[in-house]
Amino acid sequence: MSRYRVFRTKNDWISFLFDPRSMIVSALLLLALITLFLFSAALGEIFVHPLDVIKVLIGQGNEINQMVVNSFRMPRILTALFVGIALSVSGAILQGMIRNPLASPDIIGITGGAGVAVVAFLAMFSNEDNALTVSLQWLPLASFIGAIIVGFMVYILAYKNGIAPMTLVLIGIGISLLTQALITTFMILGPIFRASQANIWLTGSVYGSNWAEVKILVPVVLVLFIVSLIISRRINAQELGEEAAAGIGAHLQRDRLIFLAVCTALTGAAVAFAGGIGFVGLMAPHIARRLVGSSYGALIPVSALVGAIVVLGADLVGRTVFSPLEVPAGVFTAAIGAPYFIFLLYKSKQS
Amino acid sequence: MKTLIANDLSLGYGEDLIIDSLDISIPKGEVTVLIGGNGCGKSTLLRSLARLLKPLSGHIVLDNKDISKMRTKEVAKKMAILPQSPVTPEGLTVLQLVKQGRYPYQSWARQWSKQDEEAVQNALEATNMLELKERSVDSLSGGQRQRAWIAMTLAQNTDTLLLDEPTTYLDMTHQIEILDLLFDLNQIHGRTIVMVLHDINLASRYADHIVALKDKKVYAQGKPEDIITCKMVQDVFDMTCDVREDPLFGTPMCIPHGKGRCLIKAAAQNQTSQISS
Repeated sequence: MSRYRVFRTKNDWISFLFDPRSMIVSALLLLALITLFLFSAALGEIFVHPLDVIKVLIGQGNEINQMVVNSFRMPRILTALFVGIALSVSGAILQGMIRNPLASPDIIGITGGAGVAVVAFLAMFSNEDNALTVSLQWLPLASFIGAIIVGFMVYILAYKNGIAPMTLVLIGIGISLLTQALITTFMILGPIFRASQANIWLTGSVYGSNWAEVKILVPVVLVLFIVSLIISRRINAQELGEEAAAGIGAHLQRDRLIFLAVCTALTGAAVAFAGGIGFVGLMAPHIARRLVGSSYGALIPVSALVGAIVVLGADLVGRTVFSPLEVPAGVFTAAIGAPYFIFLLYKSKQS
Repeated sequence: MKTLIANDLSLGYGEDLIIDSLDISIPKGEVTVLIGGNGCGKSTLLRSLARLLKPLSGHIVLDNKDISKMRTKEVAKKMAILPQSPVTPEGLTVLQLVKQGRYPYQSWARQWSKQDEEAVQNALEATNMLELKERSVDSLSGGQRQRAWIAMTLAQNTDTLLLDEPTTYLDMTHQIEILDLLFDLNQIHGRTIVMVLHDINLASRYADHIVALKDKKVYAQGKPEDIITCKMVQDVFDMTCDVREDPLFGTPMCIPHGKGRCLIKAAAQNQTSQISS
């Protein structure tokens, strides 16, 4: 008996082959995420019992609990969740396209581009009294535009009768270094308290998320996530390598452009609202690959779940363990992510 | 009847010309082997057949149509390509790999139709991989891995199969196993096989038709027994040899000159006299 199951409609128009094992893994991860979600909503300066959280979510519960959960915690939790999804799916796509498990959106400069836009925004729109001349709510837009510009630049600069993944990585690393230099320059030139404000953003934090932001972030990430699922079979094809992919009839260049666009938009959306939360795009897809293998139909949703758990967990630890101090989520993802990266490098050196 | 034809084909990167007005025609339903020294342009020719490299001039014609004017999925339904030592993504199972051969037939909603299932089943049977289908490709031996990849190209259901050095890195047992498999695919299923091989003796044994490349052009093409000669080996590979008849198969067998232990008296004297002179 085969381990795989088939889903097929009568006329054969819709048909899939799937692995029940990845279904089980997904279900377990979803359960873990829901638990973490409830705990995130429960824990904090004011403790709300998880059962009361559920009451609030279904529209009951008392006023205080409603205010704590709905107004204070929910926007932040949803932001963490969807930022995690965006970063990890973006990393998964990039790793498939470049065929290297060490690729991630931070490495090819997309996050850096958003960073430059943010510090430039803070420096440019500060007047002599160091007050911002435009509303801070435009910051996410600036950051998103920064990410898109860099994604586009990397593509254009790497283009030579189409793009080769290796060139893309090298150009990306170059641009990434350039963005770091620009960020430092802007931070030195700007007023000092802007620098610290910029620094928190660069580390990555979901502090101060509000419903208005959630209402933009969630639909954008959902749409891109569905697009990612639809293109998953094209990523599968590219993972076989250039020649084999072309041999089975994949449109290499067109698909690479689509992959890069989806990646950039996902990363741009995530960093716009949460800043440069690092290593999630590297770590989550890699863990997911360990759990369900390399087939992208399963890898994308599982990466998304792992990414959501990592960012939500990092934020929960960051705001509760050192309370009343707030430690940005990006610090924790980096604290787990950096050793993980070194471990990966060490392992790939051995094989 | 010809299935794949290259007409006045020139290939290269930038200024470097690697294939210069090449003319090749691949007979339908036969096994064709490309031979040639390292760097003779075989791989470039293959990249061009895979639509990864646009010709500087000339055409590649598949079943009477110019492949540059065909949709890439249409080409993929007529001709499958197995690159040299392909790398399988980590953790991919045999079935997941072979399923990729159905790519040109699938859409995002229709990823496992009855035809897909049938074609994959047949490919796994033909390559004797049915029992290994749930194993991850990383965990297989070199020969099994190559069979899994061949199964993937078979699942494409194409008349023509192109293979770039399918026996590289395999030990002799597995080289023969793979070549026997390809021979059967040709004999039993009538598929046209085109492959690059380094071993002239195996090439002469398995090929109906040999194309020898030299200096960006075709040096000779035809039946192995007609074109494998001392002069051809000297010109194409820059190596002196004797060509004899294989005592088991009767196909041409090339025995390279050179050094080594010699157990035949006359020849041994010949060798010492060569060294002393």
